[in-house]
Amino acid sequence: MARIDQSKIRNFCIVAHIDHGKSTLADRLIEKTGLLTSREMQDQVLDNMDLERERGITIKAQTVRIVYKAQDGEEYIFNLIDTPGHVDFNYEVSRALAACDGAILVVDAAQGIEAQTLANVYLALDHDLDVFPVINKIDLPSAEPERVKDEIEDVIGLEAHDAPLISAKNGIGIEDVLEQVVQKIPAPKGDPEGPLQALIFDSLYDSYKGVIVFCRIMEGTIKKGTTVRMMATGAKADVVEVGYFGPGQFIPCEELSAGMVGYFTASIKNVKDTAVGDTVTDLNNPCATPLPGYKKVNSMVYCGMYPADGAKYPDLRDALEKLQLNDAALHYEPETSIALGFGFRCGFLGLLHLEIIQERLEREYNLDLVTTAPGVVYKVYKTNGEVIELTNPSNLPDPSEIEYMEEPIVSAEIMVTTEFIGSIMELCQERRGRYLGMEYMEGTRALLKYELPLNEIIYDFFDALKSRSRGYASFDYELKGYEESKLVKLDILINREEVDALSFIVHADSAYERGRRMCEKLKDEIPRHLFEIPIQAAVGGKIIARETVKAMRKDVLAKCYGGDITRKKKLLEKQKEGKKRMRQIGNVEIPQKAFMSVLKLDDKK
Amino acid sequence: MKELSIYIHIPFCVKKCSYCDFLSFPADDKARAFYVETLLKEIRLEAQQYGSYQVQTVFFGGGTPSLLTVEQMKSIMDCLRENFVLAPEPEISMEANPGTVTAEKLAGFYKAGINRLSIGLQSANDAEMKELGRIHTYDMFLEAYKSAVEAGFFNINVDVMSALPGQSVESYQGTLEKVLSLTPPPKHISAYSLIVEEGTPFGARMEQGLLILPTEEEEREMYELTERMLKKAGYHRYEISNYAMEGFECRHNKTYWVRQNYLGLGLGAASLLENVRMTNESDMTQYAARIEAGVKKAAKEKEVLTMQEQMEETMFLGLRLMEGVSKEEFIKNFGCPMESVYGEVIEKHVKNGLLENGQRVKLTAKGIDVSNFVMADFLL
Repeated sequence: MARIDQSKIRNFCIVAHIDHGKSTLADRLIEKTGLLTSREMQDQVLDNMDLERERGITIKAQTVRIVYKAQDGEEYIFNLIDTPGHVDFNYEVSRALAACDGAILVVDAAQGIEAQTLANVYLALDHDLDVFPVINKIDLPSAEPERVKDEIEDVIGLEAHDAPLISAKNGIGIEDVLEQVVQKIPAPKGDPEGPLQALIFDSLYDSYKGVIVFCRIMEGTIKKGTTVRMMATGAKADVVEVGYFGPGQFIPCEELSAGMVGYFTASIKNVKDTAVGDTVTDLNNPCATPLPGYKKVNSMVYCGMYPADGAKYPDLRDALEKLQLNDAALHYEPETSIALGFGFRCGFLGLLHLEIIQERLEREYNLDLVTTAPGVVYKVYKTNGEVIELTNPSNLPDPSEIEYMEEPIVSAEIMVTTEFIGSIMELCQERRGRYLGMEYMEGTRALLKYELPLNEIIYDFFDALKSRSRGYASFDYELKGYEESKLVKLDILINREEVDALSFIVHADSAYERGRRMCEKLKDEIPRHLFEIPIQAAVGGKIIARETVKAMRKDVLAKCYGGDITRKKKLLEKQKEGKKRMRQIGNVEIPQKAFMSVLKLDDKK
Repeated sequence: MKELSIYIHIPFCVKKCSYCDFLSFPADDKARAFYVETLLKEIRLEAQQYGSYQVQTVFFGGGTPSLLTVEQMKSIMDCLRENFVLAPEPEISMEANPGTVTAEKLAGFYKAGINRLSIGLQSANDAEMKELGRIHTYDMFLEAYKSAVEAGFFNINVDVMSALPGQSVESYQGTLEKVLSLTPPPKHISAYSLIVEEGTPFGARMEQGLLILPTEEEEREMYELTERMLKKAGYHRYEISNYAMEGFECRHNKTYWVRQNYLGLGLGAASLLENVRMTNESDMTQYAARIEAGVKKAAKEKEVLTMQEQMEETMFLGLRLMEGVSKEEFIKNFGCPMESVYGEVIEKHVKNGLLENGQRVKLTAKGIDVSNFVMADFLL
């Protein structure tokens, strides 16, 4: 069988700021090339998890092969790799980009360049991709395509005069985009006869076939029977099937050779063996060096997850196990909390990742969860020379054993219209940000650069940013490293008993403020009991704030009217329902949502 | 012969009070006449089914039943007598607003057969009353009380309210003192504390933060004051909010708490008949159309209580009475001892000092104060 001509292959992805229309454009490209009629298309083919569709973001990379008959009369094979659209998944994005030769940059004709546009374009350029822009949403009344073209040329330095003006939503200008893919994105290179060198950019667990490994062949050829070795993890396996990606289905083929994008299966049982970024080679004819850029993905955010009903612990364990089959970035290990019983300490790429897992556990596995406040990974340097990576505040050693602590710091870029610069800078100061500089883009917009502690941005930073810029600010960050910091553990005592699940690590300077607000918040969350309940915040055994839930002295329904019992019963039922969602700690009943209170300490005020 | 209580709803008022979320509204003479006509039809209609029951008590509630003319009241009472069997000594109560009655009217109601009058005073402080949106003054109340006594009413209740906006402990004490010094003193006193409900003018003001209520401590003091003063004056508390002299407990009110049969007539009225709960339409047009069409309430949507619901009601309603719930009755009704269903809950709250456990299960003084907290645990 004749090999597909490399010059007729185009491997590319689409990069954009969130909401600028990346997934919609992908759908139109697929539709236009006739793979599916518009009637068969469910909106946004590539976002195939319910959650993705609901939230309008791509969580996992999706890939599809389409065939396009160009104006030059030739048929081209396009491999479109749709990348995740959130900063939590930056590493996955970078690996997906590495699998491409070029990228389409989608920019909203009304909003212009945003923080993620820049971050993604730079990421694409870092991977030596050829990038061409398209201007989307030109049918909006507020569209300013000419201004946006100028912006792209001035700010990014990309040629934009002939950028296709399109409306992905309404199918305008799609043909132009397809033609430019042929003209502007280079064909892949690589020697099909060389030693196998393939990049893993994603994987998926299938209960029949085992792990389905998504890869880009850089050099050589892979086919059924090849014994492959993953160079970083060392896993070996015999290939059972190779193939490419039809929309929503896998289509087996003979072989995948240099320049092609596709998948293979090899009865691999665990996605951990096929880490994203790893290089696949032929055990019997290995390549000299692995592809650059592999790194082990580390969890950035940790929290405790407990079943609301203690008896559901095995169900939670099974559910986490199943989710992890498909998500190598999810970490979990059993832990016990005095307050919450048996559960798991789980690690995530970021808060969105955490929310996704939480929602999937609740929806797909029908679990009712109690989640403790998320925290980052701190490094604790002990006086005896030992270094601990702390993911659970309860495990913080005694202060006398601690030499110093470090916390993770990110480099952040915030794009904002000039009128809001003041309030955004103020926000960054409050969050212990270090100002690095500011660049004016054109006229009315600026790019602020800050270094911020990760633990200051994982909760509500994004919301605060949006509310202080009336929704105009956009934000992107990447982990920079660890820095020494004055950190303390804030403990919460309820009725004089320390509640381990409520402890969190905080910068010493904000301990008093956070402790005070935490007590206030808990005072509102905890219902009155028959006795008075003190709520205290303490650092190192010293009480720094206190509130009191007064004793319930009166809870009477005065009048029942004309024998209308239903109303009274409803009231009692509500009261009883409330009691059910409580956790008993000592002799105090604490509502489950109180464990997330630390997240809801209002911004300012 | 089976026994029955009848509740009759009169949904009219001169003007809605600021705290009221009951089914009531102002209406003109024509609308009131039409309503009474419909009510008479409903009495005849339901009598086809329940006419053989012996009526122990009748209660006219509202709204403001005293807005009815004497003739209207007489026609309703006559209709009841013609269609139902009244017990030899029935208790027949009506609610009255001091701003709507005259000496003649009260005399007329008495003659029509009303033998218990419940007068809504709420407060003896005119400023507080104005705040509540009441249409009468304390002087008007005194006048009405005097006329009622002269008209022959012996069994009179007075409603008072605590925890009102702008009310001090002293002024509440003043109200109680004034009520206790009436001649003759009322046989029954209902003492409620204000509950601000959503959808009332008070509810709206509360949301805007414009309703200044007594502090928790003050409210607490008023609550304790009530029991202390009324006890000293010879009243005993027989239900959470109700106090009576010996032999003057409101028989009608008690039927709700012990779950005896009651038939609710009129707009929005609720019934409990042989463990089935039914509620009349609260929309006038729909209600009138059904009565006109001769459709009985039993033919409408209704709630047939399961054994479990009956047990729950027995407990949470029965506990409102100071005498509590009888264990013997429980076995008789449900065929199993109360402990087999509620043993754990009872034990828990006995330990908390909120329940007393004997032949009957009842709330302790402390338990009364937090009765909702206790009752919620009796839902299965």
